[in-house]
Amino acid sequence: MITKKDLEHVALLSRLELTGSEKAMFARQLNDILNYFQSLDCLDTENVQPTTHVLPLQNVFREDWVGQHTSRQDALANCPDRQGDYFRVPKIV
Amino acid sequence: MPRYETVIGLEVHVELKTRTKIFCDSTTEFGGEPNTHVCPICLGLPGTLPVINKKVVEYAIRAALALNCNIAEFTKFDRKNYFYPDMPKNYQISQHDLPIATHGYLEIDTQKGPKKIGISRLHMEEDSGKLVHQGTITTTPFSLVDYNRAGVPLIEIVSAPDLSSPEEACQYVEKLRTIILYTGVSDCKMEEGSLRCDANISVRPVGTGRLGTNTEIKNLNSLKALRRSLHFETERQIEVLRAGGRIVQETRTWDEGKGETLPLRSKEQAHDYRCLPEPDLVPLLIDRQWVEDIRGSLPELPEQRRQRYIKDYSLPEYDAAILTNTKELADYFERCVRAYSHPKAVGNWILGEFNRLLNLHGIEIAACKVTPQNLVSLLRLIDQGTISGKIAKVVFAEMFTSGQAAEAIVKKKGLVQISDRHAMVPVVEKVLAGNPGAVADYKAGKGRALGFLVGQVMKATQGQANPELVNKLLKERL
Ligand SMILES: [Zn+2]
Repeated sequence: MITKKDLEHVALLSRLELTGSEKAMFARQLNDILNYFQSLDCLDTENVQPTTHVLPLQNVFREDWVGQHTSRQDALANCPDRQGDYFRVPKIV
Repeated sequence: MPRYETVIGLEVHVELKTRTKIFCDSTTEFGGEPNTHVCPICLGLPGTLPVINKKVVEYAIRAALALNCNIAEFTKFDRKNYFYPDMPKNYQISQHDLPIATHGYLEIDTQKGPKKIGISRLHMEEDSGKLVHQGTITTTPFSLVDYNRAGVPLIEIVSAPDLSSPEEACQYVEKLRTIILYTGVSDCKMEEGSLRCDANISVRPVGTGRLGTNTEIKNLNSLKALRRSLHFETERQIEVLRAGGRIVQETRTWDEGKGETLPLRSKEQAHDYRCLPEPDLVPLLIDRQWVEDIRGSLPELPEQRRQRYIKDYSLPEYDAAILTNTKELADYFERCVRAYSHPKAVGNWILGEFNRLLNLHGIEIAACKVTPQNLVSLLRLIDQGTISGKIAKVVFAEMFTSGQAAEAIVKKKGLVQISDRHAMVPVVEKVLAGNPGAVADYKAGKGRALGFLVGQVMKATQGQANPELVNKLLKERL
Protein backbone atom coordinates (compact mmCIF):
# COMPACT_ATOMS: atom_id res chain seq x y z
CA MET A 1 0.00 0.00 0.00
CA ILE A 2 1.54 3.29 -1.13
CA THR A 3 0.77 5.96 1.46
CA LYS A 4 0.89 9.69 0.91
CA LYS A 5 4.19 9.66 2.79
CA ASP A 6 5.70 7.04 0.44
CA LEU A 7 4.57 9.08 -2.50
CA GLU A 8 6.17 12.24 -1.14
CA HIS A 9 9.43 10.36 -0.57
CA VAL A 10 9.51 9.01 -4.12
CA ALA A 11 8.64 12.45 -5.47
CA LEU A 12 11.53 13.98 -3.51
CA LEU A 13 13.96 11.34 -4.87
CA SER A 14 12.79 12.18 -8.40
CA ARG A 15 12.82 15.92 -7.72
CA LEU A 16 9.14 16.22 -8.62
CA GLU A 17 6.99 18.93 -7.14
CA LEU A 18 3.40 17.72 -6.86
CA THR A 19 0.20 19.47 -5.82
CA GLY A 20 -2.12 17.93 -3.21
CA SER A 21 -4.56 16.61 -5.81
CA GLU A 22 -1.73 15.18 -7.94
CA LYS A 23 -0.41 13.35 -4.89
CA ALA A 24 -3.80 11.78 -4.26
CA MET A 25 -4.15 10.81 -7.90
CA PHE A 26 -0.66 9.30 -8.25
CA ALA A 27 -0.97 7.40 -4.98
CA ARG A 28 -4.23 5.87 -6.24
CA GLN A 29 -2.72 5.03 -9.64
CA LEU A 30 0.44 3.50 -8.17
CA ASN A 31 -1.67 1.38 -5.84
CA ASP A 32 -3.72 0.18 -8.79
CA ILE A 33 -0.54 -0.85 -10.58
CA LEU A 34 0.83 -2.67 -7.55
CA ASN A 35 -2.49 -4.42 -7.01
CA TYR A 36 -2.48 -5.57 -10.59
CA PHE A 37 1.02 -7.02 -10.19
CA GLN A 38 -0.12 -8.77 -7.05
CA SER A 39 -2.08 -11.18 -9.19
CA LEU A 40 1.34 -12.81 -9.83
CA ASP A 41 1.29 -13.93 -6.19
CA CYS A 42 -1.36 -16.52 -7.09
CA LEU A 43 1.15 -18.45 -9.20
CA ASP A 44 2.89 -21.47 -7.72
CA THR A 45 6.63 -20.72 -8.02
CA GLU A 46 7.75 -23.52 -5.70
CA ASN A 47 9.94 -25.17 -8.35
CA VAL A 48 10.99 -22.11 -10.30
CA GLN A 49 14.58 -20.86 -10.03
CA PRO A 50 14.88 -17.17 -9.06
CA THR A 51 15.96 -15.20 -12.08
CA THR A 52 17.77 -11.91 -12.54
CA HIS A 53 17.24 -11.56 -16.25
CA VAL A 54 14.51 -12.43 -18.73
CA LEU A 55 16.84 -13.66 -21.49
CA PRO A 56 18.46 -17.12 -21.38
CA LEU A 57 21.88 -15.59 -22.02
CA GLN A 58 25.10 -15.18 -20.03
CA ASN A 59 28.60 -13.91 -20.58
CA VAL A 60 28.16 -11.45 -23.42
CA PHE A 61 31.56 -9.77 -23.49
CA ARG A 62 33.37 -7.25 -25.66
CA GLU A 63 37.13 -7.05 -26.18
CA ASP A 64 39.11 -4.07 -24.89
CA TRP A 65 39.62 -2.22 -28.19
CA VAL A 66 39.08 1.52 -28.62
CA GLY A 67 36.44 2.48 -31.19
CA GLN A 68 35.06 5.62 -32.77
CA HIS A 69 34.26 8.54 -30.53
CA THR A 70 31.34 10.86 -31.03
CA SER A 71 32.49 14.31 -32.10
CA ARG A 72 31.97 16.95 -29.47
CA GLN A 73 29.69 18.82 -31.81
CA ASP A 74 27.45 15.76 -32.12
CA ALA A 75 27.72 14.97 -28.43
CA LEU A 76 26.44 18.41 -27.51
CA ALA A 77 24.06 18.80 -30.45
CA ASN A 78 20.83 17.84 -28.70
CA CYS A 79 21.50 19.16 -25.24
CA PRO A 80 19.08 21.85 -24.11
CA ASP A 81 21.80 24.03 -22.65
CA ARG A 82 25.56 24.24 -23.07
CA GLN A 83 28.46 26.48 -22.24
CA GLY A 84 31.62 26.19 -24.32
CA ASP A 85 32.59 22.53 -24.46
CA TYR A 86 30.37 21.52 -21.57
CA PHE A 87 26.81 20.43 -20.93
CA ARG A 88 25.21 23.01 -18.66
CA VAL A 89 22.71 21.88 -16.05
CA PRO A 90 21.05 23.48 -13.02
CA LYS A 91 23.28 23.09 -9.99
CA ILE A 92 22.14 20.30 -7.66
CA VAL A 93 23.07 20.49 -3.98
CA MET B 1 34.48 8.43 32.43
CA PRO B 2 34.57 5.51 29.98
CA ARG B 3 37.45 5.13 27.60
CA TYR B 4 36.46 4.86 23.96
CA GLU B 5 37.72 2.79 21.07
CA THR B 6 37.41 3.59 17.39
CA VAL B 7 35.93 1.30 14.75
CA ILE B 8 36.71 2.09 11.12
CA GLY B 9 35.76 0.51 7.81
CA LEU B 10 36.98 1.80 4.44
CA GLU B 11 35.52 1.86 0.95
CA VAL B 12 38.26 2.22 -1.63
CA HIS B 13 37.57 2.93 -5.29
CA VAL B 14 40.28 1.96 -7.75
CA GLU B 15 40.24 2.91 -11.43
CA LEU B 16 41.20 0.01 -13.68
CA LYS B 17 43.88 0.50 -16.33
CA THR B 18 41.92 -0.83 -19.30
CA ARG B 19 42.11 0.82 -22.72
CA THR B 20 38.35 1.30 -22.98
CA LYS B 21 35.48 2.08 -20.65
CA ILE B 22 33.54 -0.59 -18.82
CA PHE B 23 30.48 -0.75 -21.10
CA CYS B 24 31.54 0.94 -24.36
CA ASP B 25 34.64 1.29 -26.57
CA SER B 26 35.42 4.92 -25.65
CA THR B 27 38.98 5.50 -24.47
CA THR B 28 39.82 5.77 -20.76
CA GLU B 29 42.76 8.08 -21.45
CA PHE B 30 43.16 10.77 -18.79
CA GLY B 31 43.01 14.48 -19.55
CA GLY B 32 41.29 14.82 -22.95
CA GLU B 33 39.41 17.93 -24.03
CA PRO B 34 35.97 18.00 -22.32
CA ASN B 35 33.34 15.70 -23.84
CA THR B 36 35.59 14.17 -26.50
CA HIS B 37 36.12 10.69 -24.99
CA VAL B 38 32.45 9.86 -25.33
CA CYS B 39 30.01 7.86 -27.44
CA PRO B 40 26.24 7.33 -27.45
CA ILE B 41 26.53 4.60 -24.77
CA CYS B 42 28.47 6.55 -22.14
CA LEU B 43 26.36 9.62 -22.94
CA GLY B 44 23.33 7.52 -21.98
CA LEU B 45 21.49 8.19 -25.21
CA PRO B 46 18.15 6.36 -25.56
CA GLY B 47 18.26 3.10 -27.47
CA THR B 48 21.93 2.28 -26.74
CA LEU B 49 23.01 -0.90 -24.98
CA PRO B 50 26.01 -1.41 -22.72
CA VAL B 51 28.27 -4.49 -23.18
CA ILE B 52 30.77 -5.48 -20.49
CA ASN B 53 34.48 -5.19 -21.29
CA LYS B 54 36.02 -8.63 -20.65
CA LYS B 55 39.26 -7.06 -19.43
CA VAL B 56 37.37 -5.34 -16.61
CA VAL B 57 36.12 -8.69 -15.32
CA GLU B 58 39.60 -10.18 -15.66
CA TYR B 59 41.18 -7.29 -13.75
CA ALA B 60 38.52 -7.42 -11.02
CA ILE B 61 39.21 -11.14 -10.57
CA ARG B 62 42.96 -10.49 -10.58
CA ALA B 63 42.72 -7.87 -7.82
CA ALA B 64 40.25 -9.99 -5.86
CA LEU B 65 42.54 -13.04 -5.92
CA ALA B 66 45.49 -10.95 -4.74
CA LEU B 67 43.27 -9.87 -1.83
CA ASN B 68 42.44 -13.49 -0.96
CA CYS B 69 38.77 -13.19 -2.00
CA ASN B 70 36.33 -15.87 -3.10
CA ILE B 71 35.29 -15.35 -6.70
CA ALA B 72 31.55 -15.71 -7.27
CA GLU B 73 30.34 -18.30 -9.75
CA PHE B 74 27.34 -16.14 -10.63
CA THR B 75 27.44 -12.35 -10.66
CA LYS B 76 25.32 -9.58 -12.16
CA PHE B 77 24.98 -5.83 -12.46
CA ASP B 78 22.42 -3.50 -10.91
CA ARG B 79 21.22 0.03 -11.41
CA LYS B 80 21.80 2.42 -8.57
CA ASN B 81 19.40 5.32 -9.06
CA TYR B 82 20.23 8.80 -7.89
CA PHE B 83 19.44 12.29 -8.97
CA TYR B 84 22.70 13.93 -9.86
CA PRO B 85 23.94 15.08 -13.27
CA ASP B 86 27.41 13.46 -13.02
CA MET B 87 25.78 10.44 -14.68
CA PRO B 88 23.83 11.11 -17.87
CA LYS B 89 21.47 8.18 -17.23
CA ASN B 90 20.50 9.26 -13.71
CA TYR B 91 21.73 5.91 -12.48
CA GLN B 92 25.07 4.23 -12.06
CA ILE B 93 25.61 0.66 -13.17
CA SER B 94 27.13 -1.13 -10.20
CA GLN B 95 26.82 -4.46 -8.40
CA HIS B 96 24.45 -4.68 -5.47
CA ASP B 97 23.63 -8.06 -3.96
CA LEU B 98 25.80 -10.42 -6.02
CA PRO B 99 29.27 -8.83 -6.30
CA ILE B 100 32.03 -10.60 -8.19
CA ALA B 101 34.12 -11.25 -5.05
CA THR B 102 33.67 -11.53 -1.27
CA HIS B 103 35.39 -12.74 1.92
CA GLY B 104 38.95 -11.56 1.36
CA TYR B 105 41.54 -10.08 3.68
CA LEU B 106 44.90 -8.41 3.84
CA GLU B 107 47.40 -8.19 6.67
CA ILE B 108 48.73 -5.07 8.34
CA ASP B 109 51.49 -4.82 10.97
CA THR B 110 50.57 -3.62 14.44
CA GLN B 111 52.53 -3.39 17.67
CA LYS B 112 50.84 -6.64 18.71
CA GLY B 113 51.97 -8.36 15.51
CA PRO B 114 50.27 -8.94 12.17
CA LYS B 115 46.51 -8.23 12.02
CA LYS B 116 44.08 -9.53 9.41
CA ILE B 117 41.72 -6.93 8.00
CA GLY B 118 38.67 -8.46 6.38
CA ILE B 119 37.55 -7.45 2.90
CA SER B 120 33.79 -7.92 2.82
CA ARG B 121 33.35 -7.46 -0.88
CA LEU B 122 34.84 -6.26 -4.14
CA HIS B 123 32.60 -5.22 -7.01
CA MET B 124 32.74 -3.61 -10.47
CA GLU B 125 31.07 -0.34 -11.38
CA GLU B 126 31.32 2.65 -13.69
CA ASP B 127 32.89 5.96 -12.73
CA SER B 128 30.88 9.19 -12.98
CA GLY B 129 31.52 12.30 -15.07
CA LYS B 130 33.05 15.45 -13.67
CA LEU B 131 31.19 18.57 -12.61
CA VAL B 132 32.91 21.92 -13.07
CA HIS B 133 31.75 25.10 -11.39
CA GLN B 134 32.58 28.55 -12.60
CA GLY B 135 32.96 31.14 -9.90
CA THR B 136 32.19 29.78 -6.46
CA ILE B 137 29.95 26.79 -5.98
CA THR B 138 27.65 28.81 -3.72
CA THR B 139 26.96 31.67 -6.14
CA THR B 140 26.73 30.01 -9.57
CA PRO B 141 23.33 28.56 -10.45
CA PHE B 142 24.85 26.10 -12.95
CA SER B 143 27.05 23.03 -13.12
CA LEU B 144 29.09 22.30 -16.23
CA VAL B 145 29.47 18.62 -17.06
CA ASP B 146 32.30 16.71 -18.72
CA TYR B 147 31.45 13.04 -19.41
CA ASN B 148 34.97 11.88 -20.38
CA ARG B 149 35.30 9.97 -17.11
CA ALA B 150 31.73 8.62 -17.15
CA GLY B 151 31.99 4.87 -17.65
CA VAL B 152 35.66 4.44 -16.76
CA PRO B 153 35.86 1.09 -14.94
CA LEU B 154 36.21 1.02 -11.16
CA ILE B 155 36.45 -1.68 -8.56
CA GLU B 156 35.14 -0.81 -5.12
CA ILE B 157 36.81 -2.65 -2.26
CA VAL B 158 34.91 -2.63 1.02
CA SER B 159 36.74 -3.55 4.21
CA ALA B 160 35.14 -5.06 7.28
CA PRO B 161 34.99 -2.69 10.30
CA ASP B 162 38.26 -4.19 11.53
CA LEU B 163 40.44 -1.08 11.68
CA SER B 164 40.98 0.39 15.16
CA SER B 165 42.84 3.63 14.52
CA PRO B 166 43.56 6.25 11.87
CA GLU B 167 47.09 4.80 11.61
CA GLU B 168 45.76 1.31 10.90
CA ALA B 169 43.43 2.79 8.28
CA CYS B 170 46.34 4.49 6.52
CA GLN B 171 48.41 1.35 6.65
CA TYR B 172 45.51 -0.64 5.20
CA VAL B 173 45.29 1.79 2.25
CA GLU B 174 49.05 1.65 1.72
CA LYS B 175 49.09 -2.16 1.74
CA LEU B 176 46.06 -2.31 -0.52
CA ARG B 177 47.73 0.11 -2.92
CA THR B 178 50.97 -1.90 -2.98
CA ILE B 179 49.13 -5.15 -3.66
CA ILE B 180 46.99 -3.64 -6.45
CA LEU B 181 50.09 -2.07 -8.01
CA TYR B 182 51.76 -5.50 -8.02
CA THR B 183 48.80 -6.97 -9.88
CA GLY B 184 49.16 -4.26 -12.53
CA VAL B 185 45.43 -3.53 -12.85
CA SER B 186 45.63 0.13 -11.77
CA ASP B 187 48.22 2.84 -11.26
CA CYS B 188 46.58 3.79 -7.92
CA LYS B 189 47.45 7.49 -7.96
CA MET B 190 45.58 9.16 -5.13
CA GLU B 191 46.50 12.63 -6.38
CA GLU B 192 45.00 11.89 -9.83
CA GLY B 193 41.97 10.22 -8.34
CA SER B 194 42.67 6.70 -9.60
CA LEU B 195 42.50 5.56 -5.95
CA ARG B 196 39.81 7.18 -3.80
CA CYS B 197 38.72 6.53 -0.29
CA ASP B 198 35.60 6.94 1.88
CA ALA B 199 35.59 6.04 5.58
CA ASN B 200 32.93 4.76 7.97
CA ILE B 201 33.74 5.51 11.57
CA SER B 202 32.13 5.03 14.97
CA VAL B 203 33.31 4.96 18.58
CA ARG B 204 32.17 2.82 21.52
CA PRO B 205 33.16 2.44 25.17
CA VAL B 206 36.02 -0.08 25.45
CA GLY B 207 34.64 -3.54 26.06
CA THR B 208 31.20 -3.00 24.51
CA GLY B 209 30.37 -5.55 21.87
CA ARG B 210 27.88 -3.51 19.90
CA LEU B 211 28.95 -0.99 17.24
CA GLY B 212 28.14 2.65 17.83
CA THR B 213 26.26 4.78 15.31
CA ASN B 214 28.63 5.59 12.46
CA THR B 215 29.23 8.51 10.18
CA GLU B 216 30.64 8.36 6.67
CA ILE B 217 33.43 10.72 5.62
CA LYS B 218 33.84 11.57 1.95
CA ASN B 219 36.33 13.60 -0.07
CA LEU B 220 39.49 11.97 1.27
CA ASN B 221 42.02 12.40 -1.51
CA SER B 222 45.27 11.80 0.33
CA LEU B 223 46.57 9.62 3.16
CA LYS B 224 47.10 12.79 5.15
CA ALA B 225 43.44 13.76 4.72
CA LEU B 226 42.40 10.23 5.73
CA ARG B 227 44.48 10.29 8.91
CA ARG B 228 43.57 13.82 9.94
CA SER B 229 39.84 13.45 9.26
CA LEU B 230 39.66 10.18 11.22
CA HIS B 231 41.44 11.77 14.18
CA PHE B 232 39.10 14.74 14.05
CA GLU B 233 35.99 12.60 13.75
CA THR B 234 37.06 10.28 16.62
CA GLU B 235 37.48 13.27 18.93
CA ARG B 236 34.23 14.87 17.76
CA GLN B 237 32.19 11.73 18.36
CA ILE B 238 33.72 11.11 21.80
CA GLU B 239 32.99 14.71 22.75
CA VAL B 240 29.34 14.40 21.69
CA LEU B 241 28.92 11.18 23.68
CA ARG B 242 30.68 12.54 26.78
CA ALA B 243 28.37 15.54 26.73
CA GLY B 244 25.45 13.10 26.84
CA GLY B 245 24.63 13.59 23.16
CA ARG B 246 23.81 11.12 20.41
CA ILE B 247 25.70 10.51 17.14
CA VAL B 248 23.60 11.24 14.08
CA GLN B 249 24.10 8.81 11.23
CA GLU B 250 25.10 11.07 8.38
CA THR B 251 27.56 11.72 5.58
CA ARG B 252 30.23 14.28 6.34
CA THR B 253 32.81 15.84 4.11
CA TRP B 254 36.43 16.56 4.99
CA ASP B 255 37.35 20.24 4.77
CA GLU B 256 41.12 20.28 4.34
CA GLY B 257 41.42 24.04 4.92
CA LYS B 258 39.40 24.11 8.12
CA GLY B 259 40.80 20.76 9.26
CA GLU B 260 37.37 19.43 10.21
CA THR B 261 34.56 17.20 8.99
CA LEU B 262 31.30 18.96 8.16
CA PRO B 263 27.85 17.44 7.64
CA LEU B 264 26.54 17.43 4.09
CA ARG B 265 23.07 18.88 3.70
CA SER B 266 20.40 16.27 4.31
CA LYS B 267 19.12 16.58 0.73
CA GLU B 268 22.48 15.40 -0.57
CA GLN B 269 22.32 12.29 1.51
CA ALA B 270 18.78 11.27 0.68
CA HIS B 271 20.36 8.12 -0.67
CA ASP B 272 17.72 5.65 -1.33
CA TYR B 273 19.18 4.10 -4.41
CA ARG B 274 16.27 1.81 -5.34
CA CYS B 275 18.66 -0.80 -6.77
CA LEU B 276 17.26 -3.06 -9.45
CA PRO B 277 18.88 -5.71 -11.66
CA GLU B 278 20.28 -4.06 -14.80
CA PRO B 279 18.04 -5.32 -17.61
CA ASP B 280 20.48 -4.20 -20.33
CA LEU B 281 23.28 -6.55 -19.19
CA VAL B 282 23.04 -10.32 -18.92
CA PRO B 283 24.52 -12.08 -15.88
CA LEU B 284 28.03 -13.55 -15.78
CA LEU B 285 28.90 -17.14 -14.98
CA ILE B 286 32.55 -17.05 -14.03
CA ASP B 287 34.38 -20.07 -15.43
CA ARG B 288 36.58 -21.76 -12.80
CA GLN B 289 39.33 -22.47 -15.30
CA TRP B 290 39.46 -18.75 -16.12
CA VAL B 291 39.87 -17.94 -12.42
CA GLU B 292 42.68 -20.50 -12.08
CA ASP B 293 44.43 -19.14 -15.18
CA ILE B 294 44.34 -15.64 -13.70
CA ARG B 295 45.57 -16.95 -10.35
CA GLY B 296 48.44 -18.65 -12.16
CA SER B 297 49.42 -15.40 -13.86
CA LEU B 298 49.67 -13.37 -10.63
CA PRO B 299 53.17 -12.27 -9.73
CA GLU B 300 54.67 -13.10 -6.35
CA LEU B 301 52.89 -10.66 -4.03
CA PRO B 302 54.66 -8.19 -1.71
CA GLU B 303 54.05 -10.13 1.51
CA GLN B 304 55.42 -13.41 0.14
CA ARG B 305 58.33 -11.58 -1.42
CA ARG B 306 59.18 -9.84 1.84
CA GLN B 307 59.17 -13.16 3.71
CA ARG B 308 61.41 -14.73 1.06
CA TYR B 309 63.93 -11.85 1.30
CA ILE B 310 64.15 -12.30 5.06
CA LYS B 311 64.52 -16.08 4.80
CA ASP B 312 66.65 -16.56 1.67
CA TYR B 313 68.70 -13.37 1.67
CA SER B 314 68.92 -12.87 5.44
CA LEU B 315 67.84 -9.24 5.01
CA PRO B 316 66.61 -7.27 8.04
CA GLU B 317 62.80 -6.91 8.13
CA TYR B 318 62.99 -3.20 7.50
CA ASP B 319 65.16 -3.58 4.37
CA ALA B 320 62.94 -6.39 3.06
CA ALA B 321 59.81 -4.27 3.58
CA ILE B 322 61.18 -1.26 1.71
CA LEU B 323 62.70 -3.28 -1.12
CA THR B 324 59.36 -5.01 -1.77
CA ASN B 325 57.32 -1.84 -1.47
CA THR B 326 57.08 -1.54 -5.23
CA LYS B 327 57.37 -4.32 -7.75
CA GLU B 328 59.82 -2.28 -9.83
CA LEU B 329 62.27 -1.81 -6.96
CA ALA B 330 62.07 -5.47 -5.95
CA ASP B 331 62.57 -6.61 -9.56
CA TYR B 332 65.61 -4.33 -9.85
CA PHE B 333 67.05 -5.69 -6.62
CA GLU B 334 66.61 -9.26 -7.79
CA ARG B 335 68.25 -8.62 -11.15
CA CYS B 336 71.29 -7.33 -9.23
CA VAL B 337 71.32 -10.25 -6.85
CA ARG B 338 71.18 -12.72 -9.72
CA ALA B 339 74.47 -11.28 -11.05
CA TYR B 340 76.10 -10.66 -7.70
CA SER B 341 75.47 -12.85 -4.70
CA HIS B 342 75.76 -10.38 -1.84
CA PRO B 343 72.13 -9.38 -1.23
CA LYS B 344 72.93 -7.29 1.82
CA ALA B 345 75.47 -5.14 -0.05
CA VAL B 346 73.07 -4.70 -2.99
CA GLY B 347 70.26 -3.83 -0.58
CA ASN B 348 72.39 -1.25 1.19
CA TRP B 349 73.22 0.48 -2.08
CA ILE B 350 69.66 0.46 -3.34
CA LEU B 351 68.20 1.71 -0.06
CA GLY B 352 71.04 4.21 0.32
CA GLU B 353 72.56 6.14 -2.58
CA PHE B 354 70.22 4.75 -5.22
CA ASN B 355 66.99 5.69 -3.42
CA ARG B 356 68.46 8.99 -2.30
CA LEU B 357 69.20 10.06 -5.87
CA LEU B 358 65.86 8.75 -7.18
CA ASN B 359 64.06 10.88 -4.60
CA LEU B 360 66.34 13.86 -5.07
CA HIS B 361 65.71 13.98 -8.82
CA GLY B 362 62.13 12.73 -8.64
CA ILE B 363 62.88 9.88 -11.06
CA GLU B 364 60.92 6.64 -11.36
CA ILE B 365 63.01 3.52 -11.26
CA ALA B 366 61.95 2.62 -14.81
CA ALA B 367 63.55 5.86 -16.08
CA CYS B 368 66.79 5.40 -14.11
CA LYS B 369 69.91 5.20 -16.27
CA VAL B 370 71.84 2.87 -13.99
CA THR B 371 71.21 -0.71 -15.13
CA PRO B 372 71.44 -3.55 -12.61
CA GLN B 373 74.54 -4.77 -14.49
CA ASN B 374 76.22 -1.40 -14.03
CA LEU B 375 75.43 -1.28 -10.33
CA VAL B 376 76.88 -4.75 -9.93
CA SER B 377 80.06 -3.74 -11.80
CA LEU B 378 80.46 -0.85 -9.38
CA LEU B 379 80.14 -3.17 -6.40
CA ARG B 380 82.77 -5.46 -7.94
CA LEU B 381 85.18 -2.53 -8.32
CA ILE B 382 84.85 -1.91 -4.58
CA ASP B 383 85.40 -5.59 -3.78
CA GLN B 384 88.50 -5.73 -5.95
CA GLY B 385 89.92 -2.69 -4.20
CA THR B 386 89.98 -0.68 -7.42
CA ILE B 387 87.99 2.10 -5.77
CA SER B 388 87.12 2.93 -2.19
CA GLY B 389 83.54 3.01 -0.90
CA LYS B 390 83.76 6.75 -0.69
CA ILE B 391 84.87 7.17 -4.31
CA ALA B 392 82.17 4.69 -5.31
CA LYS B 393 79.54 7.24 -4.29
CA VAL B 394 81.11 9.82 -6.57
CA VAL B 395 81.22 7.31 -9.42
CA PHE B 396 77.63 6.30 -8.76
CA ALA B 397 76.40 9.90 -8.91
CA GLU B 398 78.04 10.20 -12.32
CA MET B 399 76.54 6.89 -13.47
CA PHE B 400 73.16 8.17 -12.35
CA THR B 401 73.31 11.31 -14.47
CA SER B 402 75.24 10.03 -17.51
CA GLY B 403 74.27 6.36 -17.63
CA GLN B 404 77.91 5.45 -18.28
CA ALA B 405 79.46 2.23 -16.98
CA ALA B 406 81.37 2.36 -13.68
CA GLU B 407 84.70 1.25 -15.21
CA ALA B 408 84.56 3.95 -17.87
CA ILE B 409 83.98 6.69 -15.30
CA VAL B 410 86.74 5.45 -13.01
CA LYS B 411 89.15 5.38 -15.93
CA LYS B 412 88.11 8.71 -17.41
CA LYS B 413 88.31 10.58 -14.11
CA GLY B 414 91.41 8.74 -12.86
CA LEU B 415 89.62 7.63 -9.71
CA VAL B 416 91.46 4.34 -9.31
CA GLN B 417 92.30 3.69 -5.69
CA ILE B 418 95.98 4.13 -4.81
CA SER B 419 97.10 0.81 -3.32
CA ASP B 420 100.69 1.15 -4.38
CA ARG B 421 102.93 1.26 -1.31
CA HIS B 422 105.70 3.21 -3.05
CA ALA B 423 103.30 5.88 -4.21
CA MET B 424 101.78 6.26 -0.75
CA VAL B 425 104.86 6.40 1.48
CA PRO B 426 105.90 9.98 0.52
CA VAL B 427 102.35 11.24 1.11
CA VAL B 428 102.13 9.57 4.51
CA GLU B 429 105.50 10.95 5.55
CA LYS B 430 104.57 14.43 4.46
CA VAL B 431 101.34 14.32 6.53
CA LEU B 432 103.28 13.08 9.59
CA ALA B 433 105.83 15.86 9.22
CA GLY B 434 103.12 18.45 8.83
CA ASN B 435 101.10 17.42 11.91
CA PRO B 436 103.52 17.06 14.86
CA GLY B 437 100.74 17.84 17.32
CA ALA B 438 98.60 14.89 16.24
CA VAL B 439 101.65 12.63 16.26
CA ALA B 440 102.42 13.67 19.84
CA ASP B 441 98.79 13.11 20.84
CA TYR B 442 98.83 9.63 19.39
CA LYS B 443 102.05 8.79 21.20
CA ALA B 444 100.49 10.07 24.41
CA GLY B 445 97.78 7.41 23.98
CA LYS B 446 95.08 9.41 22.23
CA GLY B 447 93.87 6.84 19.68
CA ARG B 448 91.59 9.40 18.05
CA ALA B 449 94.60 11.20 16.59
CA LEU B 450 95.12 8.28 14.18
CA GLY B 451 91.72 8.91 12.60
CA PHE B 452 92.67 12.54 12.08
CA LEU B 453 95.93 11.55 10.35
CA VAL B 454 94.14 9.02 8.11
CA GLY B 455 91.73 11.79 7.18
CA GLN B 456 94.61 14.09 6.24
CA VAL B 457 96.13 11.45 3.95
CA MET B 458 92.75 10.84 2.31
CA LYS B 459 92.36 14.55 1.79
CA ALA B 460 95.81 14.83 0.24
CA THR B 461 94.89 12.09 -2.27
CA GLN B 462 91.31 13.35 -2.99
CA GLY B 463 89.93 10.24 -1.32
CA GLN B 464 91.75 7.85 -3.61
CA ALA B 465 94.10 6.27 -1.10
CA ASN B 466 93.32 2.74 0.01
CA PRO B 467 92.28 3.32 3.66
CA GLU B 468 93.68 0.00 4.88
CA LEU B 469 97.04 0.75 3.38
CA VAL B 470 97.07 4.23 4.89
CA ASN B 471 96.34 2.82 8.33
CA LYS B 472 99.10 0.31 8.00
CA LEU B 473 101.69 2.82 6.78
CA LEU B 474 100.84 5.29 9.55
CA LYS B 475 101.06 2.68 12.30
CA GLU B 476 104.44 1.50 11.02
CA ARG B 477 105.74 5.04 11.41
CA LEU B 478 104.22 6.00 14.73
ZN1 LIG C 1 31.43 5.62 -24.66
